Amino acid sequence: MRLRYLGLALVSIFVASWAAAQSGGGDQRRTGYQDMSAPLQQMEDDDTANPGMLFVQAGEILWNAPAGKANKACADCHSAVDKSMKGVAARYPAFAKDTDTLVDLDGRINLCRTGQQQADALKPESQDILALSAYVTRASRGLPIAPPADPRLVKVRAEGEVLFKRREGQLNLSCANCHDDNAGRKLAGATIPQGHPTAYPVYRSEWQTVGSLQRRLRNCMIGMRSEPYAYNSAEYVALEAYLMDRAKGLKIESPGIRP
Amino acid sequence: MANALINAPKTAKRGDTIEIKALILHPMETGFRPGTNGRMIPRNIIEHFSARWNGEEIFAMTFSPAIAANPFVSFFTVAKESGKIDFLWTGDEDFRVTESVAITVT
Amino acid sequence: MASRRSFLVGAAGVVLLPFDAARATPEALAELIKQVTGGREVRQGKIKLDAPPLIENGNTVPLTISVESPMTDADYVKTIHLFNEKNPQPHVFTATLMPRNGRAQVGTRIKLADTQKIVAIAETNSGELWTASAEVIVTIAACIEDVN
Repeated sequence: MRLRYLGLALVSIFVASWAAAQSGGGDQRRTGYQDMSAPLQQMEDDDTANPGMLFVQAGEILWNAPAGKANKACADCHSAVDKSMKGVAARYPAFAKDTDTLVDLDGRINLCRTGQQQADALKPESQDILALSAYVTRASRGLPIAPPADPRLVKVRAEGEVLFKRREGQLNLSCANCHDDNAGRKLAGATIPQGHPTAYPVYRSEWQTVGSLQRRLRNCMIGMRSEPYAYNSAEYVALEAYLMDRAKGLKIESPGIRP
Repeated sequence: MANALINAPKTAKRGDTIEIKALILHPMETGFRPGTNGRMIPRNIIEHFSARWNGEEIFAMTFSPAIAANPFVSFFTVAKESGKIDFLWTGDEDFRVTESVAITVT
Repeated sequence: MASRRSFLVGAAGVVLLPFDAARATPEALAELIKQVTGGREVRQGKIKLDAPPLIENGNTVPLTISVESPMTDADYVKTIHLFNEKNPQPHVFTATLMPRNGRAQVGTRIKLADTQKIVAIAETNSGELWTASAEVIVTIAACIEDVN
């Protein structure tokens, strides 16, 4: 009963603000950064105040630390991160080189962990995977998102798009209901973002820590009263591939700040 | 894992007022928040932060649970002589982290 | 009460911070200020509290407090306190300063459970007390995750 009422309330919020966002030509994409208050934008822009930099700093230490049975560090294979990893985060998800294994950036890091370093994979959302991911992604800060032209990704993105547009959960919402159809309008006090993944790994006030894009997707699914997928599932990676393609050309801003 | 991130100038002129910023990784769990099991998550906060310049205390701060997670503090100090600035955070569950930076004063 | 709130949080994806255990109130705030000031006169002016008038999430509210002071051995700010009126506890922080600081300014980030007033008080070495306050509107996040 209450659930139905709240579902209706959400729908009416959407309907009430329907007119506002129907405007203009050109590239209308905008990131959550543009809709944040100035104090949060300043926090993101100032490396000496951005709490995401705690993770970048920790990632640098891990990058240089030997790990696993191979006793190798990332730095033993890769040159300095600002060269070797420049643009890398802007390309994932992708198929790992010479394989049919589709991975996002965290998955790629774990392939190095298990393959090259002969170490255990880092757990999803663990401090270490977030730190390494933040460190590697920072080398792409300011670069445009550039998904690879690999024809195998076409099918993956299409799968992601289906998931993005499919209604599900107790509120019978799709991702697209909010982030395509109603972006820019208000849901309670918050501006609904278009949902471009430029800031990940992101320091989110709500989480009071850094989290991955998969955590954000999981968070949305919980909001929709839908059953979240398991971390690193094919569904999340397909959604990530679709979202990165949808955000093609927008600049990476990680470590981003969001409310 | 390095827990703290200090931003201070590496060099300063004697008599300059310089800004120091300190960030540290910490959940600042308030003790007023229920977990998924409905029970309150026990309080776990940093209670005290201090900075010493060559051993002399130059700033201190006492935190209540209302300080945001991953506490950030910025303050100013006058550069007197070259040396080391030591930072110390202490709190619940025997939390104790130190960090230091070197500064050259000309 | 808690379970009803939890249900609402889940059902609507709307944040209601379940601060039932304790709560600062304007009275508790006034009481704490009385303790800190010992009932001495507290004046407006000289102190500036820079806080955002509106923040999207109360978990991270950046602010800066600065006090006009020469910061000399003869005349300096020795403490800066920050209080609030609606968190579970009224005290936020107390900073200890000295002439060596050169400038009486402290920046930090705080948590605010709700839209409310925050109050800064500075005390000088001669015992003068200065105060400033600010209203911060905390908007409610539309979508939250379960606590984990």
